[in-house]
Amino acid sequence: MNQSLVYGILLSILMVIAPHADHLPVWVSSLSAGLLLWRTWIAYSGNKLPKRWLLMLVTFAGTVGIIFSFHTLFGREVGVTLLVMLAALKLMELRDARDAMVLVYLACFIIITNFFYSQSIPTALYLLATLMVIMTTWVHLQVQSISLKPRMRIASVLLLQALPLTLILFILFPRVQGPLWGLPQDAYASSGLDDRMSPGSLSRLSLSEAVAFRVAYNDKIPRRDQMYWRGPVLWNFDGRTWYAGRTAFMVTPKFTELEQPVDYVVTLEPHNKRWLFALDMPDKLSVKSTLTDDFEMLSKDKIHARLRYTARSNLVYRANEQESPRQLQRALQLPGKFDPRARQLAVEWRAGSKDDADIVRTALGYFNKQGFVYTLEPPPVGQDSIDDFLFSTKQGFCEYYASAFVFLMRAANIPARVVTGYLGGEFNDVGNYYIVRQSDAHAWAEVWLAGQGWVRVDPTAVIAPNRVERGLSAALSDNAILPFMERNPPLWMRSLRFNLDALANQWNQWVLGYDTERQFAFLTRLGMESITWQKMALDMLSGLGIVIALFALYMLRHLFVRQTDKVQTAWLKLCRKLGNAGLPRAAHEGAQDYAARVAASRSDLAEAIRDLAMRYSALRYGMQDDEYAQRDFLQRARALKI
Amino acid sequence: MSATLQQRFAAWAARRQRIDHGVIHLTQRSIYILPTRQGFMLAFVLLLMLLGDINYNLSLGYVLTFLLTMMAVMSMLHAFRNLAHMEIRPGRAEPVFCGEVAQFMLHFDNRSKLPRYQLCLVQTGASFWNNTNTPLQFDAPARQDTEVAFPLRATQRGWLQPGRLTLYTEFPLGLFYCWSYLHFDMRCLVYPKPLHDAPLPPGSSPDGTGKRSMAGDEDFSGLRKYTAGDALPRIAWKAYARERGLQVKQFSTPLGEELLLDYSDTPDSNEEEKLARMTHWVLDAEAQGLRYGLRLPDGEILPSNGLAHRDECLRRIALFNLPVLESRQ
Repeated sequence: MNQSLVYGILLSILMVIAPHADHLPVWVSSLSAGLLLWRTWIAYSGNKLPKRWLLMLVTFAGTVGIIFSFHTLFGREVGVTLLVMLAALKLMELRDARDAMVLVYLACFIIITNFFYSQSIPTALYLLATLMVIMTTWVHLQVQSISLKPRMRIASVLLLQALPLTLILFILFPRVQGPLWGLPQDAYASSGLDDRMSPGSLSRLSLSEAVAFRVAYNDKIPRRDQMYWRGPVLWNFDGRTWYAGRTAFMVTPKFTELEQPVDYVVTLEPHNKRWLFALDMPDKLSVKSTLTDDFEMLSKDKIHARLRYTARSNLVYRANEQESPRQLQRALQLPGKFDPRARQLAVEWRAGSKDDADIVRTALGYFNKQGFVYTLEPPPVGQDSIDDFLFSTKQGFCEYYASAFVFLMRAANIPARVVTGYLGGEFNDVGNYYIVRQSDAHAWAEVWLAGQGWVRVDPTAVIAPNRVERGLSAALSDNAILPFMERNPPLWMRSLRFNLDALANQWNQWVLGYDTERQFAFLTRLGMESITWQKMALDMLSGLGIVIALFALYMLRHLFVRQTDKVQTAWLKLCRKLGNAGLPRAAHEGAQDYAARVAASRSDLAEAIRDLAMRYSALRYGMQDDEYAQRDFLQRARALKI
Repeated sequence: MSATLQQRFAAWAARRQRIDHGVIHLTQRSIYILPTRQGFMLAFVLLLMLLGDINYNLSLGYVLTFLLTMMAVMSMLHAFRNLAHMEIRPGRAEPVFCGEVAQFMLHFDNRSKLPRYQLCLVQTGASFWNNTNTPLQFDAPARQDTEVAFPLRATQRGWLQPGRLTLYTEFPLGLFYCWSYLHFDMRCLVYPKPLHDAPLPPGSSPDGTGKRSMAGDEDFSGLRKYTAGDALPRIAWKAYARERGLQVKQFSTPLGEELLLDYSDTPDSNEEEKLARMTHWVLDAEAQGLRYGLRLPDGEILPSNGLAHRDECLRRIALFNLPVLESRQ
């Protein structure tokens, strides 16, 4: 097999499986890399391909290895891993054009699996480059006689012609809301907040730059210290971890004295959980959702795809002034016998204060005055995690403060709970929206006070007011292990970052988020009325037909033009004249034969016609491109009198 | 495609495109196109991809699937353009001996700026996809007249006709089979395969021996290939100018005696063997520089020698007792 063709196929396969390297098991990545290198060496040295039994052995061992790694042979991850291994192994028996074709198809298919992990703009550009390599190889497979450059030209012409057609298809192809069949459990990666919180879980999340959601406010933008994005509410504590718990009863939440409404649009990144983020306190959402009795917004299904919704919240509220006793009871539970010193402290506070609000103030004052430090890298805490934090380490991230505060409140007999979510966000002045990242994850507390209902208390605000007012980077000392961009990058970098994020946002909205609903809205905006899938399909086909016809006209334009050049026109005119004079040229008659026949019957023309026929043949079939000879012929043909 | 459908198509195409005498100009009227097996396979792969896109809601997956689909569709136009508007003229085919490979010359005139890649020429078989004949592959560069020799093994004496040829291309992606039929009135003369170990017959002239004509200076008797050492004045410059290679004029002094190669003198029982023996005789006699004539049951050629004479004799032997192939006008 042609050596450079083998290299082309190797490069194609390498480019499609390389992005998988970081999420495949290490041994699969190394096995594939090894096979690629081996095949390259074989192509380079001209050695023989390995024996069939050896390949069977490797395939079998690989499959067993996958079963050991994943404990199953089904699911998306396993499927991808198998495909990658299959492609690498197929390279080892690349012998003829048929094998090459299978590999080309396999490469196209593996590109798609990359989109399970990323569909960003860089991924799309990488896809285009990969596709270009694959197409060039594909053309090479068909035409082995041409060199790299014309091969690339053919491939890029195909690709460029396909682009406008793809756009038409993309816009008009009727979208079907998936899934068509049950998805495997591991179909979606989850990221972001969890419905449990233990020491260190939020500080770990704070290191991630990943976008949680983006918010565009309609007109009024709330103050930063009002941007509390409500996520999972945690009730139960086991001494170390807070978790959501489960209510057996459902009470409809009640808000009174609502003021300061804000309207905004959230574009939520998929996180594989049910909750939808909204500002305290959510009022209505444009998507189907339920408001739980602890004011969480839950979507009907897990969020697998980027979701866009408009929402309204009221920044001033009274929540559940009349709370059911059972809920209050739930908000007072404490685990067995952990943390005796904290309980002791709470009891002392209770004794020394006149009401619940006073205790809250005391507690906040305690955090403020006792030398607590806000840090991303707190020292570890032991079994009595609250005691250790409150009395010995005194260093922690927001989850430590929220956890200790709620514990103290409950110990002092005030109903309290932990609320997790996000705080603040970064304003993108290019796109005029806020970016909320995983690094904005936050935890705070809610206490129930008679006559006021559930009131938000954020102990972090006492220790590190900058966290609330200006963001994470302002609250932490400079040597913190924050991602570079969360510190204070130069201005140009900041603006570049905002531009890129604005672009990514458009991409998400219009390319990745182009679903049934978006399609409908977009086509309506284009002026299409009463949209049905039949109509879309018809428009799509006619659009494609028109563009393809235009391409065809363009591509074949110089072929369809009558190929009669001046020389031929002159000759044909001469033949017509002779035909009128009674000597028509037969269809099959060549110039020389015809001239001979004419010469035989018209001796007066014999010399001239023979000469003209000779010149004509020389100009037309002799590959002669002499302008002078051409002009000469035209003159003589015109001059001939019959 | 089912067999009957294929037959019907072949008959229909044959009615549309009769035998051509001059130049075939390939147009959309005579170019056909169908997906190949690979094309169908790609369609299947694309369908799988589309299902995956819908199921996992992969927007970029849609983009990739659509891109590949549209490239496949556009490759159909490229395949068509690769054949369209080429002019094809038949050339000559030099006579061969039975068992040898005849070369039918064909001229593919590509006057466009567009190089044509991966053209394949094959004798038309019964089925589109399972043509057992091996195709001849070639490219036709832009603005050039490409001469192609289509090889065909001669299996019996007489006229060899390639019949209907299929010119096809699967360029650029191998997804579409784009083809046209070329049916020229081409023929190649096939001489019988000379019989080995067939000594010349004893002279049939009155005195019983065939006489050698002595090479001399008197009569021009023909041309032979130049060999090193031939005198320069003997070189046939006129022939050289006609690009027939260096040849040398031969003169001979006839001795008055001639060899008559007679069909009835052949000892063989079978007609083909008799003709094979006579072929050998002619070649042998010519090689030895004899003057020889030919007598067949249907006619006679007067004794002479030289290449033209030899070819005429071989031609008569080759066509002996065969139905006359009418030249179709």
